[in-house]
Amino acid sequence: MVRIRLFEDAAEIASQGGIQAWGLSESAKPALVRGPLHLSTGQEAVAAGVCAHLRHADLLTSTHRGHGHTIAKGASTERMMAELFGRATGYNKGKGGSMHIADFSVGMLGANGVVAAGIPIAAGAAHALKLRQIDAIAVSFFGDGAINRGPFLEALNWAVVYRLPVLFVCEDNQISATTLSAPMTAGSGASSRAESLGIPSITVDGNDVEAVSDAAARLIASVRREEGPRLLHALTYRHKGHVSVDAAAYRDPEDVRRGIAGDPLKRARKKLEEQGLEEEADAIEREVRAEIDAALAAAEAAPYPPIEEAYKDIAGVGEGVWQ
Amino acid sequence: MTSHTPVTRTYAQAAALALTEAMEADVHVLALGEDLGRGGVFGQYRDSDNQPLVKRFGPRRIVDTPISEAAIVGAAVGMALSGLRPVVELRVVDFALCAIDELINQAAKNRFMFGGQGRVPLVARLPIGLWSASAAQHSQSLEAWFTHIPGLTVVAPSTPADNYGLLHSALASGDPVIYMEHKELWGSSGEVTQGVSVPLGKASIVRPGKDLTIVSWSRQVLAAKEAADQLSQDGIEAEVIDLRTLWPWDRGLVLASAARTGNLLVTHEAVQVSGFGAEIAAVVAEETGARVARLGAPRIPVGYAKVLEDEARLFPDKVAAAARKLINR
Repeated sequence: MVRIRLFEDAAEIASQGGIQAWGLSESAKPALVRGPLHLSTGQEAVAAGVCAHLRHADLLTSTHRGHGHTIAKGASTERMMAELFGRATGYNKGKGGSMHIADFSVGMLGANGVVAAGIPIAAGAAHALKLRQIDAIAVSFFGDGAINRGPFLEALNWAVVYRLPVLFVCEDNQISATTLSAPMTAGSGASSRAESLGIPSITVDGNDVEAVSDAAARLIASVRREEGPRLLHALTYRHKGHVSVDAAAYRDPEDVRRGIAGDPLKRARKKLEEQGLEEEADAIEREVRAEIDAALAAAEAAPYPPIEEAYKDIAGVGEGVWQ
Repeated sequence: MTSHTPVTRTYAQAAALALTEAMEADVHVLALGEDLGRGGVFGQYRDSDNQPLVKRFGPRRIVDTPISEAAIVGAAVGMALSGLRPVVELRVVDFALCAIDELINQAAKNRFMFGGQGRVPLVARLPIGLWSASAAQHSQSLEAWFTHIPGLTVVAPSTPADNYGLLHSALASGDPVIYMEHKELWGSSGEVTQGVSVPLGKASIVRPGKDLTIVSWSRQVLAAKEAADQLSQDGIEAEVIDLRTLWPWDRGLVLASAARTGNLLVTHEAVQVSGFGAEIAAVVAEETGARVARLGAPRIPVGYAKVLEDEARLFPDKVAAAARKLINR
């Protein structure tokens, strides 16, 4: 959780002055992170609590707000930061940026710029694991906005029909881009929709990392026992705007105050202190801070991709010839 | 593949034969889509004894799916990233529009946007074309949509031999292939030689000629050939090229032919406006200075009544007339 928080904080600072589409005036110094940066600040307990129960061979799909899931699955913050900076040393060679952050080598099959698009991909990954008789599962993180898209329903139905080893995780931060989700959503949300398809689910306080971990452990154990798909509905709060340069002034200040007061890191830290583990917690923070500082320095020093890369990794047939 | 003596197969059976061979050679190849269990809605998942392929391969490899186009293609992307080589059946290209995000934003972009970390070896079968009285939502030819998208290979065979040989190459390509069969060709038959694949990106000259070049693909190649026969009676010798692969298209062959004849007519069943013929005509004009002309369908939805449907068809007479007009221009 600390690694995710400090990564997001550092990336947020590096994005200042970016994406003019948000109506902000151009700053004197161009942003180091140019593109839209969807921060998961405040949602760390969901990524950490779920991924703590995943193994290297397990597969993961994520959303446009995917840094936390990627870190929690074991990706290197240095290569992630380099990708956000658009550098050749990034996971995607500078071709994807924040919205497409991925580390296939740890089973993280990609963040996604399209809401709900990762859900059928995870179902298909689980389908492949089952057909290939590989002892692993797939997990798909998505937001509360995604449950109003068709691929959510299609993928959940698919997972039941073929009894696939997949855990669906609705990371419910209560807001769809810049509009509250509740007035846009019929019924009581992800859990009830899953249960209508016969998928058992657990709704959990997504800002309590131990509660998330306990619920995820039970659901993942069930998925590993080949009992079919399961859904975790984790209620959390997005501390920041839709993108890093969005001040989110459209939110009710009282809601924001309450939301931030439930900060999962503060709650976890408090529990550690109660157990007399304050020094250990400090040590973790110091260690991670040094790691993120190093990631920032490495990213800034890294080269941009050579222009030829614009023509590579497209398709094997005719690549680089058919421009 | 070892070489065999030719056998006679329909266009549909030729594809089934290639799929069967690929599935026997590689346990990771599978097919998924609606109604595959009974052999596909057009019988294209049945062997030459009319047996559904599911009898040979079982329901785990010939997968009947819900009517969920987004999930069919989305899941196939996930399968492809996880070691399988899926063939997805979308029934008609019109229905593939329900999965356009999965085809364009997910399958086609994956390799590039993740910096080459993964590839998506996926063949999407999207049958195109006019098909007796099927009206506006089951008759379209939307190949130009897909030729526009980096990351996609686009194939449109016109003969059983090409359907066999190109499907083998598509399955071997390792990247997403939009594979467009024509619904009015399913029952057409011809010789197929097992073991002979057709490379992607290679056109074929189906009729040599010196006076003009006619480029076409899919079922419209048949109209182009008939038109060439008509023209020949007037002493005009048309060279007819079956493009076979639309992207990447065989520029070398087409440019050489057009440079030789000095005249290029592109004809396709798709709507002419913004059709792929425009791309070919433009490149030929830029590169060779040949005179160019296009003949595609009028920009109308395909109507149900025969008189309306026929208005969208480009019969050989129309192709021949367009060729004469080009030559006499």
